[in-house]
Order: sequence, then structure tokens, then C-alpha cells
Amino acid sequence: MKPIISIQGVSKRYSIGEKSSYGSLREEVMDALAAPFRRVLKGEARREEPTVWAIKDVSFDVNEGDVVGIIGRNGAGKSTLLKILSRITEPTEGRITMRGRIASLLEVGTGFHPELTGRENIFLNGALLGMTAKEIRAKFDEIVAFSEIEKFLDTPVKRYSSGMYVRLAFAVAAHLEPEILVIDEVLAVGDAAFQKKCLGKMGDIGKEGRTVLFVSHNMTALRSLCKSAVLMENGKNTDYGESGKIINKYLSFNSEVKKQIWDSPDSAPGNDHVRLHYLSITPILQSDELITVKTPIRFTAGFWNYLPGTVLNFSVVVYNIEGVAIFNTVSRSQACTERIVWGSFDIPGNFLNDGTYTVRLLIVRDESVVLFDKNNLLIFEVHDIDREGVWHGKWIGAIRPKFDWELK
Amino acid sequence: MDERDEIIIEPGKSAVSMGLGGLWKYRDLLYFLVWRDLKVKYKQTALGVAWAILQPALSMIIFSFLFGSLANLPSDGIPYPVFVLAGLLPWNYFASVLGQSTQSLVANANLISKIYFPRVIIPVSSAAAALMDFAIASCVLIVMMFWYGASISAGVVLIPVLVLVTMMTAVGFGAWLSALNVRYRDIQYAVPFLIQVWMFATPVIYPRSLLGEKWGWLVYLNPMGGVIEAFRPALFGNREIPWGGLSISVGVGFFVFITGMAYFRKVERHFADII
Repeated sequence: MKPIISIQGVSKRYSIGEKSSYGSLREEVMDALAAPFRRVLKGEARREEPTVWAIKDVSFDVNEGDVVGIIGRNGAGKSTLLKILSRITEPTEGRITMRGRIASLLEVGTGFHPELTGRENIFLNGALLGMTAKEIRAKFDEIVAFSEIEKFLDTPVKRYSSGMYVRLAFAVAAHLEPEILVIDEVLAVGDAAFQKKCLGKMGDIGKEGRTVLFVSHNMTALRSLCKSAVLMENGKNTDYGESGKIINKYLSFNSEVKKQIWDSPDSAPGNDHVRLHYLSITPILQSDELITVKTPIRFTAGFWNYLPGTVLNFSVVVYNIEGVAIFNTVSRSQACTERIVWGSFDIPGNFLNDGTYTVRLLIVRDESVVLFDKNNLLIFEVHDIDREGVWHGKWIGAIRPKFDWELK
Repeated sequence: MDERDEIIIEPGKSAVSMGLGGLWKYRDLLYFLVWRDLKVKYKQTALGVAWAILQPALSMIIFSFLFGSLANLPSDGIPYPVFVLAGLLPWNYFASVLGQSTQSLVANANLISKIYFPRVIIPVSSAAAALMDFAIASCVLIVMMFWYGASISAGVVLIPVLVLVTMMTAVGFGAWLSALNVRYRDIQYAVPFLIQVWMFATPVIYPRSLLGEKWGWLVYLNPMGGVIEAFRPALFGNREIPWGGLSISVGVGFFVFITGMAYFRKVERHFADII
């Protein structure tokens, strides 16, 4: 059987110069007038505009009925690929063959008009997504039921809460019936119950034998919905295979710095008093294990001490990606000789929320004088996969403790 | 599976430009976009659709006072207020399509960068939506004609044709200007000024006969010149319809339409990248 989507060597180049985005007419005219003289005078070709390859040489096939996740960091080219597949922008090189009607949802609620009512927006949005008026009328009741906004059907959407808005928008898109459906990160919306409904709907779409391509950073959702996945890095598709395998590969490929060792004091960060020797953050049970929200992890640090007989202590601050200090933990003070001083502590499982964390280390003398202080010494990520239950959204809170609930 | 459409995406093979065939395929979307523009236009206004009547009526009163009474401009034997209103109707339609379609692509940038559809629908829907104001304003003209006891000529059957010609010309200019505006936002500042000057270069408030035989023919190079010069005799039967001049204007309008569409097709595939 022929693949339903066949992508062959697709690349897309964008101009990144100020002028090419949009310049003024005058600039362009002056430039055009000056160009031939410039060439004559300097004998050089028109200067090259600065460009960037958003995606480069992407090739893969998708078979009919597959639900394929597209995984990658921000800027890896996922959205550009979807835009090309959606025919919004054209590739600079390469060729894509699709066998079937395609609909794409790159953003929830594009084309919603705030002044129009929910009912009116269903028709407008449906038409924008490629439905005919007849199809929309046939699906209308289903869309309304799915969105749970019956009562506000004749209220202008500008008076909707953001949750209602998103529900209505997703409901329209969910009732498209193309052979190929392309979806960009749109599941990160709505409350738990509605997310469950959306995921269920997407699962149904897949089961009906339709082909779905979908971009998400939500590994939990990807794992449960997709049979296979494409990994994109720096504009290239680097791997394609069973989704669980690709997700693990993606999660282990990142900018984490979980261990730093300085063998020689000459190159180690520090000063005449102390110099760093060793830093690490590792799962306690198996050191090769992925750090998830459930994993207990151990922090270990060692430094050369050049001050005999001083009383020193460690102080560690852990920050999340927003720069919020999650906690500060301080060791007891101890009299140290001239040697490598070691310290470690454990962060229990079910304590940190998922996300990226950075570690700052301070070494303090006499509980008052800071001898050493450096941020971003370690960078580690806490992953959230294989979650129980049905909620797939971002868990609220700087930490995610699992307390003992007593239920009566 | 084999009977399905095969879609090929390749560089230079623009998917968004489907020309007029695309307009037909996406006619439901065109309908809903026109309907959106009409619905939204007078939302949150106290007077609502009355604006479509007030605007031409007030212009008529002001122009009649300034140019009819004070300047005593000739009006081909028709009462000046009716004369000027019959010029203002097609002109206002043309001007509002020009103004709105120029902005239309940039105003709908989010649609263009997120949704696939034939781009030409956007300026065309501006032209179609503006027809509503034209129709409402026409009622003012009919009332005025009764008021002055003017009889309607048999030439009135030509009016729909003239409206279509106006629409074609306006869409032609709209295609040029909206596409240029995506790249050069200068256009949206220049167009209101252009419209103002253009109105005085068109026989809206004065008859072509005022210019004399030596320069009068120039009016027909302006596509709206011929339309408005034909609009009045078609309505009032006060003189011969200037067929020769009208055909020149229609020719110019057609030329603008064809080149506008061609230019639009050439550049529309880059809209999403530069808008």
C-alpha cells in the first residue's frame, strides 16, 4: 500500500533580514535604483540576504491510519513542517505527496470573531477549516454538545471565559472529517475533564482509520495517543519509530548537566580558599534511570579546601526554569582540614514538579562568610511520564509533593 | 484509495493560488466572510445600519450646498442634489472597496498564517460586503428621485452591469493594493489620500461636460469616469449613454482586473512568510 503522506527532502529557508520581513516602499525603491550602480562600482553581485533553514532535508512516510507524534524542542522545525503540510507556506526544496483530504488545526480558534455569537462562530470557523455550510449544519448539534456551551450559544464570544472559548474552538475542529488531520500543540488547554474528552476524541479519530499528525510537548499525551513518532532536532528529522522509544530518546537528548568533575584544581572554579572538584545529581536507585517526578535523587559535591582548621558548611539552592528558588538547603557546619570535603543530600521522589532545574552552590565559613557562590552549576530535568489517571495537563505548583491523604 | 485526490506540494507550485476556481470551491467560506463583515460592521453602534443612509445623505447635502448652491456647478439638467447623489453612490462603493480591501489581508493576518484557503477570497469578500451599503444607500437615491419628480429611464437595466464593472475594477485595484500592502505597509497610508484626490478627478460632483471637448476624453481613462458618466443617463435618461467612453473605461478596468489577479497570484504564496 502506498503511504498516505510521503515527504521527500523537504527544506524551508526563511529570510531573517529586517528588510525582507517588510521594509518600506521607499527603501526598496531607493535600493533598487542604487543596485545597478553598486554592481558597476564594486563589480559585485547583490549582497546575500541573511537566511536561516527552518527545516532541512526532512523525509519520512506516514501510512494510512497512523497516529504520528512529532517531537522536538522549540525551534526544531515542527511548526514549520506542519505549515508546509497544511499548504500555508511552500517549501524551498523537496516534495510532499498526500493522498486524501487534509485539514489542519495549527491554533485553536483562529478566525473566531469576538463580536459574533457562539453559534455564528461555529459556522465561520467551520467554513474556515474547510467544511461546507451543509456539513456544519449536519454536525452543529454534535459540536454544541461537545463544547458544553449550549446556554451561551447566542452570546458574543467576547463575553466567554477563556475555557469556554477554547472548548468551542476545539469542538469545531474535532468534528472535521478529513482523511488526514494535522494538529499543532493544542492540547495544553482546558480543564481536566475537557482534556480527557479531547484526548478521547483524538483517540477515536485514530481508531476510525484516519491519519493524524500531531505536535506536542506533552509526553504523557503523546505516549497514550501515538503509535509512532518522529523526532526533530535542529530542522532535521533524526529518528522515526515506535513512540515509546522515540520519546525516551528525546528525553535523554537535552542540555542537562548532571555531573561535573574537575580533576585538577588549576582549571576548577573557585579561589584561594576553596575549589570545586565534583558535582552530580543522580537517581538513587539506578544511575542510568531517567529522573521523573517519582525518582528520588541524590546531590553530591566535593571541593578542595585550602584553609586548614576552618568551620565550613554547604548551602544549595535549586531554581526552576522561571528562576524561582524552589528551596535552599544548608548542611551542618564542620571543622575541615586541607583535603577534599564531601557533602551530599537526597531529594525524595514525589517532591519536585516536572520541569528544568538549576543548582546553585555556596560554601560558607563560620556560618557567615560566603567563600564561594556560583549558579547554574548543574542543570537537570524532572520528567513527567506514565502518569496515572486522566489528567494530562501541567501540574500546578512549584513542587508536587505526595502527601498522605486521609479519606473518610 | 486510488480514486482520491493526490495533493502534491512543491516549491513554486502554489497551493493557495487557485484563481477563480478556488473562489468557487470555497464559495461557502466566501459567503461566511461576507456575512461576518456585514454582521460585525455596525455592532456596538447606536445608529447601526442607519449609517449607510446617513453617510451619503450628509455628503449630498454638503456637496449640494458647496458646489450646487455656492459654486453653481452645472449638472446636465438634473437637480444638483440628485445629480451628485447619483455620482456618490457608485463612487462611495468603489472607494470603500478600495479602502477596505487594501487593509483586508493585513487585517486577516492570523487567518493567512494559520489557515489554508485561496487568499483572493479576502479582498473579494470586502468587495461583496460593501455591496450592502450600496444597496441601502440606493434607497436614498430612489426617495430623492421621487421627491424631485424625476422619472426613471429604461436605461436602468444597465445599472447592474455598471455595478458589476465597478466591482471588477475595484477588485482589480484591491488585488494590487492589498498584495502590495502585505509587503509595503506604506500603501495603507497612501490609499486614503489617493481616494480623496481620485474623487475630484472623477466626475462625481461635476459633469464631464464641464471639462470641455479638449480634455473631457481624459475622464474615460479613469475607469470610474466612464462608469459614473454612464450611471446618470442610464438612470435619468437625460442624455445619450456615452457608449464609446464607457467602453474605454471598461477596457481600462478589465486591464486592471487581469493584471491585479495575475500579480496577486504571483505573490500570494509568500504572504504567510512575510505578513
